[in-house]
Amino acid sequence: MSTARAVGWGLVAVVMVALAIPWFLWGASAVVAGLPIWIWWHIGWLALLSVVFYVFTRTDWGIGVETSGGEIDG
Amino acid sequence: MADAGLQLGIVAAYLLVALAVGLIAYRVTDRTAEDYFLASRTFGTVVLLFTTFATLLSAFTFFGGPNLAYSAGPEWILVMGLMDGVIFAVLWYVIGYKQWLVGRANGYVTLGEMLGDRFGSVGLRVLVAGISLFWLIPYVMLQQQGAGTAVTALTEGAVPYWAGAGGITLFMILYVAVSGMRGVAWTDTVQGVFMLGMVWLALAWVLAAVGGPSAATSALAESNPEFLSLGGGLYSPAFIISTAVSIAFGVTMFPQVNQRFFVAGSKTVFKRTFVLWPVLVLLLFVPAFMLGAWAKGLGIAADQGENILPLLLNEYTPVWFAALVVAGAMAAMMSSSDSMLLSGSAYLTRDVYRQIATGITDRRETLVGQAGVVAIALGSFGLSLFQPATLVEIGNTAFGGFAQLALPIVVALYWRGTTRTGMYAGVVGSQLFYTLSVLPFGVFESVPVLSVLAAPATLLPESYVLPFAPGLGGFQPSVVGMGLGLVLTVTASALTSASAAEDATAYEGLSAD
Repeated sequence: MSTARAVGWGLVAVVMVALAIPWFLWGASAVVAGLPIWIWWHIGWLALLSVVFYVFTRTDWGIGVETSGGEIDG
Repeated sequence: MADAGLQLGIVAAYLLVALAVGLIAYRVTDRTAEDYFLASRTFGTVVLLFTTFATLLSAFTFFGGPNLAYSAGPEWILVMGLMDGVIFAVLWYVIGYKQWLVGRANGYVTLGEMLGDRFGSVGLRVLVAGISLFWLIPYVMLQQQGAGTAVTALTEGAVPYWAGAGGITLFMILYVAVSGMRGVAWTDTVQGVFMLGMVWLALAWVLAAVGGPSAATSALAESNPEFLSLGGGLYSPAFIISTAVSIAFGVTMFPQVNQRFFVAGSKTVFKRTFVLWPVLVLLLFVPAFMLGAWAKGLGIAADQGENILPLLLNEYTPVWFAALVVAGAMAAMMSSSDSMLLSGSAYLTRDVYRQIATGITDRRETLVGQAGVVAIALGSFGLSLFQPATLVEIGNTAFGGFAQLALPIVVALYWRGTTRTGMYAGVVGSQLFYTLSVLPFGVFESVPVLSVLAAPATLLPESYVLPFAPGLGGFQPSVVGMGLGLVLTVTASALTSASAAEDATAYEGLSAD
């Protein structure tokens, strides 16, 4: 059902945005392999994002956009 | 001065390469408006990726970004990641892909055109173009100012400001006016690849000289331990969210970026660009901004108004390499400005001029477009000689100004119930709120009519602290204005009905297959 999938991808987008900043590491200052740990989070997160985007383009690209919709954002 | 000669030589060499690329592009350009402004919607992945990227962020990567990381800490990497890596990527799909589908089906070249058709309103079209030009032209002026200042600094004053800024303006006019979108995008691509290579070479060079990232970070831990802990100082949660949200949304409405939503050759190009986008953000910003932060620990001293990256490179790399990076940064300023000139001209020509004049042929429109490039370039150059304070302020707050347009347009793209009145309410209301919040209207107190605006301007706060979560810090007026624009668009649309000229389903039923 495409509505369920659209909602699912919407949730994925919300999580990707919400955790782009590792709020749970606020104030953390540990250094791992020469970089602050939260920089590593950032590197890992954007790499993961690229993989998620790839999966999206292979499966549900067009959802919510190509068909008309009542939704306001994705 | 030998260094300055070398640096000037490298800048000149780049300019010649740009011109050559522009001339080659000219040879394959048809004399139609769609080809001039949009290269007939034929771009492949690499060109679209790099032209968007170089247009967006270029000079900032070398100067502004590292300066921020140097003065406030490397959290800026995360702000940029959230802004450009994540939010912009989502908007690339939600706004960009939708606009591409709509634009392809109807032959749209500008945002205003797309809206004007849907809402049966020339007024809305001209309004959106007018607002865009209002924020764009001072922003172009700031780019010219930056380029002029850089040339003066490079030559230690031997080339005066007006000659530096003027020379670069003339050069841009030459290749933008002649070659249009194709030339601009091709030079951007050369530029983007060059930039990426330079940043990684610079990183390798500096780290090899100081003993690797661990040594550099240890030095930073000693001089500025607060830089290694996430948050603090400038970086409150509200600052991070406001900055990332308003700039990411603002970027999508900047004419030169918004027009790029129309130029992809196919759906596959859109998909590939989308997947590669976070990788490019990562590859460019992490090294560039870490260099800025590390410079602090390495004891590089920058005076007010000096850029940290060239200083760092002068310390650890040979003169010619530092010169190459500085040349790259100046070229980067040009790659943003050239695209802005072209898109500004497209808005001026199609959304304003063509709505007034009648019986215009395609060939003639292209000529007028070229004249528009020249007019905007010379106009903003003229303004940059005087640098009026109000215009500088408009340029500095331009991202927020463009961000105000984004939500009403998202609503229009996806909600059939949007009406013309709703669009006017959302667009005008949010612009009014935002300009009153950030522009120095106080100076108009003694001017007869404008004094009406001075009073509300002084009442609007500079930032908004949530009463239930003061610890987050103050949110900027730009995000508050965006919320206001959204509410106004939806409410006013719900309360009014569409006129006969509006086409509620204009953006629906489109698919790439």
